[in-house]
Amino acid sequence: MNKFKGGIQIPERKHTKNIPIEEMPLPQQAVVPLSQHTGLPAKPVVKTGDFVKTGQLIAEATAFISATLHSPVSGKITAIESRLHPCGYNFDSIIIESDNKDETVEFKGKNPDKLFPNEIVEIIKNAGIVGLGGAAFPTHVKLSPPKEKKIDSVILNGCECEPYLTCDYRVMLEETEKVFSGFNLVMKILNTENGYIAIEDNKPEAIEKMNVIVKEMKQHPNPALPAKLKIVKLKTKYPQGAEKQLIKAVLKREVPSSGLPMDVGCIVHNVQTAKAIHQAIYEGQPLYERIITVDGNVKRPGNLKVRIGTPLSQVLDYCGGFTDDVKKIIAGGPMMGITQFSLDVPVVKGMSGIVALTEKESKHYEPTNCIRCGKCIDVCPTGLVPTLISRLVEKKRYEELKNYNPLDCIECGCCAYECPAKIHLVQNIKLAKVMIQK
Amino acid sequence: MKVTISPAPHIKSQQTTKKIMLSVFSALLPTGLWGIYKFGIHAGYVILTSIASCVLFEYISQKFIFKTKVKISDGSAALTGLLMAYCLPPNISLWQVCIGSFFAIFITKECFGGIGFNIFNPALVGRAVLLASFPSAMTKWQIDGITSATPLGILKEKLTGSLPSYTDLFIGNIPGSIGEVSKILLILGALYLFRRKIISWHIPITYILTVAVLSIPFKQDPIFQLLSGGLILGAFFMATDYVTSPLFVKGKIIFGFGCGLLTVLIRNLGSYPEGVCYSILIMNILVPLIDRCTKPRIFGRKR
Repeated sequence: MNKFKGGIQIPERKHTKNIPIEEMPLPQQAVVPLSQHTGLPAKPVVKTGDFVKTGQLIAEATAFISATLHSPVSGKITAIESRLHPCGYNFDSIIIESDNKDETVEFKGKNPDKLFPNEIVEIIKNAGIVGLGGAAFPTHVKLSPPKEKKIDSVILNGCECEPYLTCDYRVMLEETEKVFSGFNLVMKILNTENGYIAIEDNKPEAIEKMNVIVKEMKQHPNPALPAKLKIVKLKTKYPQGAEKQLIKAVLKREVPSSGLPMDVGCIVHNVQTAKAIHQAIYEGQPLYERIITVDGNVKRPGNLKVRIGTPLSQVLDYCGGFTDDVKKIIAGGPMMGITQFSLDVPVVKGMSGIVALTEKESKHYEPTNCIRCGKCIDVCPTGLVPTLISRLVEKKRYEELKNYNPLDCIECGCCAYECPAKIHLVQNIKLAKVMIQK
Repeated sequence: MKVTISPAPHIKSQQTTKKIMLSVFSALLPTGLWGIYKFGIHAGYVILTSIASCVLFEYISQKFIFKTKVKISDGSAALTGLLMAYCLPPNISLWQVCIGSFFAIFITKECFGGIGFNIFNPALVGRAVLLASFPSAMTKWQIDGITSATPLGILKEKLTGSLPSYTDLFIGNIPGSIGEVSKILLILGALYLFRRKIISWHIPITYILTVAVLSIPFKQDPIFQLLSGGLILGAFFMATDYVTSPLFVKGKIIFGFGCGLLTVLIRNLGSYPEGVCYSILIMNILVPLIDRCTKPRIFGRKR
C-alpha cells in the first residue's frame, strides 16, 4: 500500500455511517452568500422583489475563478444584504423567502456523447459546481487545464478522513452510479487514460460497490470512455483526503511546493462533486443542494440532503436539537472545521457537516512548554517543523521564519492534535504565514 | 446558548506531558524495586530523597527565585530525581544526593528556563557533579554486605576478581548503581515505552549497536560491554530524553552513533571505567548543531 509521510490515526467516530441520506424539508428563508467558493464573489442577476424558481440563476460568475449561484427554493427575493457567513465574516447574500411550492425551472439533461469537452465544461460552469470536499474550488477551472499541462490521471477522492463525517461515504453507497458516471465524464473531458478511485480501507462496503461497477464496465466496455480504471484502497489515516497527500499515496508523485496537482499531470475530484457533475449534465440540474453529516450531541444525527442557504438552526431543529450541553458547533469536521457563534449562518456549498461537541469532547488545554518530543515533526505530512515555527512566532522573530517554510503548511492540524504540550501549533503557523506575506 | 469559538483542530489527542512523564516513571519502577531488593533499604531512601529534593528544588526555584508558574505537577522533576538516583551507588549519603539534585534541577534546568529549555540532561549532570565532588563515595559498590568492584571496574583495573556470567549481568546479580543493574527489567520497561510510542528506536538502537560493533576492534566482548555499566539505562532512558536529544530522525541516528562512539572511547581509553554518562552529556552539546544540519525535506521541494 502506497502512502505519504506523516499523518495521524484519530478515533473515527463515524457514528452516522449506517444512516441513509434523508431529504430535509425546504427552508423558510434561504440565505445564499455571493461568495461560497475560492475566487471572486458572484454578481446578483436578480433584484429585491423578484420571484425566482428553484434552480434559477440568481448570480453569475464575475471572473474565470468564480462560480454561479442558483436559487435553492422558489419564492421571493426579500433582500440582498450583508449576512454572517460560516467563515465568520459578513458577506453580501441573497435572501429568498420560500413560497413552499418548490417550483423548479425546467431542467434539461443532455447526452454528453454528442457534446465537445468544452461544451460539457460550459454546462458544469453554468451549473455553479465547486469542489464539494471543503475547499470549494470552482470545478470548471480544474477541468480547463492550460494546454501545456497534460493530464494523464484523474483521482476520485473517496477518502473522507475527518472524524464524524460520513456524507461522502453515504453518497458512494447510495448514489454509486451517479458518482461513477460523473467521474467518467471528468475522464472524458480531460481525455485521460487512467482513473483512480481512492477509498480508505475503513469503507469496505464503498470499495465493494465501486468494484462491482468497475467489473461491469470491464465486461461491457464503452468505446466512448477511455477506461483504465483502478480502485485504490488506502490506509485509514488523517489527512488521507488532502489533495497533495492523496496524489502522493496513489501515484507516488509529489506536487511541487506552491504548485497545483495539474503540474504533475493529475486532477482530484471529490465524490459529491462527481455526483453534481453527473446531475448537471444528464439531468440538467444546477448545484443548489448537497449532502451533509450532522453529528455530535444532536438527538437525531444523520446524513441530510440540504438546500444551500438553509440556516444551521433549521438543520439542527430538524435533527431534534441538542442532547447535551453543547459548547462548540463546528461547520465541517473537527480537524479543520470552523466554530460557529451563530446558528443563523447558512449551509454553503463547501460545508460537509455540522458537528456539535460538548466541553468534554472538545477539551481546552492550557499550553505548556515544548518538550521537544518531535511528535509534530513526525506527523506533519509536509515535513515542516511546527514546534520551531511556533517558537519563532511566539518570540516574534519573523525574519528567521522564512527558513522554515511555513507557507507550505496545509493546515491539517495533525501537529496540534498530537502535541502533548497542547501548544497552539497550527494557529501559530497560520500567524507565521500572515507575518511572512506582509 | 454560550458557545466556544476557537481555531481548528477541535479535538486533541489524550497524550499530555504529564502522562508521558508518568509512563516513563512506571517503565522505570520495576528496576528500582529490584535495586532496593538487591542492595537494601538504603537504596530506597536514596531514591526517595532524590525525588523529593528534586521536586522541592523545582518548587523553590519556580515559586521564589524565578517567580514563574509552579509546574511540579508535570512530573518532570520527579522523573529527573528518579533517573538520577538510578545512576548513583546504593550507599551514597543522602545529603550528597541533595547536592546532586540541586545541580540537576536548579543549575541545569531552572537556570536555563525550565522544562524544555535545558541543554543538558539534568539527571546526568547531577551524577557527573557528584562523581567529580565525591569520587570515593561514588565508586564504592556493595552487594550482600561485601564491597566489590563493578564488572567494568574489574575490567578496567585488571582486577583478579572473576567476571560475572551473562545471566548474572542480565538479571542484575552484580554490584552497580541502583537502577542500572537489572538489564531485563530495563529492557521490559523500554519495550513498554516503545509500545506506547513514547520513545523511538533511532537513538537507543543506534547507540547500542555502535557500542557492540566498536567494542570488537578494542578486543572487548560486545555482549559483556552491552550488559555491564549504565549502557542499557542510558541508551533507553537518558539519551532518549526529548529535551536534550535531536528533533529529527536523521539527527537521532547521528546522536545515537556519537554516544556509542564516545562511550567506547571513554571505556577503553579514559580513566573512568564507564562512559555512558559523559558521552551523552557531550553529545547534548552538539544537539543544536545536529538539528541545524538534519532538517527534513519539505513535501514537494528538493532538499
